[in-house]
Amino acid sequence: MNNVTFTLNGKKTTLSIDPSKRFLDVLRNDLNLKGPKEGCGEGECGACAVLIDGDIVNTCILPAANVEGKNVTTIEGFAHTKKYAVIKEAFKETGGVQCGFCTPGMIIATESLLNKNPSPSDEAIRIGLSGNLCRCTGYELIIKAVKRAAKRGEGLW
Amino acid sequence: MVSHRHPNSLEEALETLKNEPCHIVGGGSDLWVKNRSWANTPPAFKKTLLYLAHLESLKGIRKTDDSLIIGAMTPYETILNHPETPALLKACLYELASPAIRHVATLAGNIANASPAADAVLVLIALDATLEIQNHAFKRTVKVKDLIEGPGKTSLESRDLITSIRIPRRTFTHQTYKKVGGRKADAISKVAFAGGAVIKDGTVKHLSLALGAVNATVVRDEGVEKPYINQPLSKLKSEKEAFKKALSSSINPIDDQRSNALYRKKVALNMINRFIESL
Ligand SMILES: Cc1cc2nc3c(=O)[nH]c(=O)nc-3n(C[C@H](O)[C@H](O)[C@H](O)COP(=O)(O)OP(=O)(O)OC[C@H]3O[C@@H](n4cnc5c(N)ncnc54)[C@H](O)[C@@H]3O)c2cc1C
Ligand code: FES
Ligand code: FES
Repeated sequence: MNNVTFTLNGKKTTLSIDPSKRFLDVLRNDLNLKGPKEGCGEGECGACAVLIDGDIVNTCILPAANVEGKNVTTIEGFAHTKKYAVIKEAFKETGGVQCGFCTPGMIIATESLLNKNPSPSDEAIRIGLSGNLCRCTGYELIIKAVKRAAKRGEGLW
Repeated sequence: MVSHRHPNSLEEALETLKNEPCHIVGGGSDLWVKNRSWANTPPAFKKTLLYLAHLESLKGIRKTDDSLIIGAMTPYETILNHPETPALLKACLYELASPAIRHVATLAGNIANASPAADAVLVLIALDATLEIQNHAFKRTVKVKDLIEGPGKTSLESRDLITSIRIPRRTFTHQTYKKVGGRKADAISKVAFAGGAVIKDGTVKHLSLALGAVNATVVRDEGVEKPYINQPLSKLKSEKEAFKKALSSSINPIDDQRSNALYRKKVALNMINRFIESL
């Protein structure tokens, strides 16, 4: 295996890279996409999350080889969608964003959750976001934002 | 520099394993943490990497008359959302890591990694699960309990590959899964417990109890359970202290950064106690 080929934010991409590289490094360094952040580097905080075939995955412990043939959406790609606009407004209004470091991951987690469950209960929201750490908001504001997004975006998911 | 193999079939994977020692890569959620290096440098592996997560023939869940068979590379989230998955395993996977890990991590990885705190292993042992293991020459079936020999140690040979996990179908009348961790998600267990029982007309028809993170491997002692099978439930209840005592000698936890031995042992015994009381 010398190349890794995948769809990145809607565009077919082939890279000649070490397939064991962390996919986060590929995104941030080879592709200059700085939306996904490195928090813990060990899979525990969700700052590095992206959508793979619509599901949230942490890229800091993901071998680049494992995205071969997959559909990858980073926050940069997701930002062009209607769903993003709804989630963004909801986060803005409720105060779900403070320093913003966790926000790309939180939005990815929200999208992954709503994809499967368009009107989640409080418990389902907590589980959906359980892998994402936030040092600022105390989570309640983020949970409120997800609820608001689900309600306002009814029919979108 | 290590080589990278991305086989097109199971046969090709087995052929690669026959020819060179490899790290088998599933979701990578244990391997990439253990072999972490500096940001923007690939992890420092010393053996060929054999990626398997994409192989459809190692994924999927199917039902037979007496078992559920789960492909080795089926991600946890798929197992969690499958209607036939035993409730005890679902309860465990619901608390294992977080959705972002569960979309990639696998049972085979949890088993082969052989951590004493591996949560799915604990439940698979309580459920009497077996593994199908293949190499280029033959197939064999091994109980999960018999495969794991110690922390990070299994009886897998370098040419072996876990291809599927078989769980006997059994309807428990009582079941409990309990994990004690520092955080609700993404926590490594301090202690974990899985128990299942079938009680019919006051008789114990089946009983299995397993404890994780309290010894070098999961604690399950069928010798302790057996005298209570096909016996009145009242016998188990009245001999509860003796039952706990019989398991107590296998509950030898350690002190580490997550917890200490005294606490772990006390909680483990309480969990057994509570399970027997709940029957
Ligand atoms: C943030 C975080 C939270 C976690 N939380 C938990 C938790 O709550 N509970 C828990 O038990 N674990 C937890 N883990 C550990 C890990 O996610 C699990 O052990 C997971 O099941 C590993 O699966 P994988 O496919 O990612 O394994 P990999 O990392 O791909 O492989 C692990 C080992 O298994 C071997 N292997 C993989 N597939 C096969 C196969 N088919 N045949 C033979 N050998 C094979 C590999 O060579 C390697 O030695 C967590 C990990 C992270 C990063
Ligand atoms: S940086 Fe990937 S989960 Fe924390
Ligand atoms: S807003 Fe600062 S970490 Fe979440």
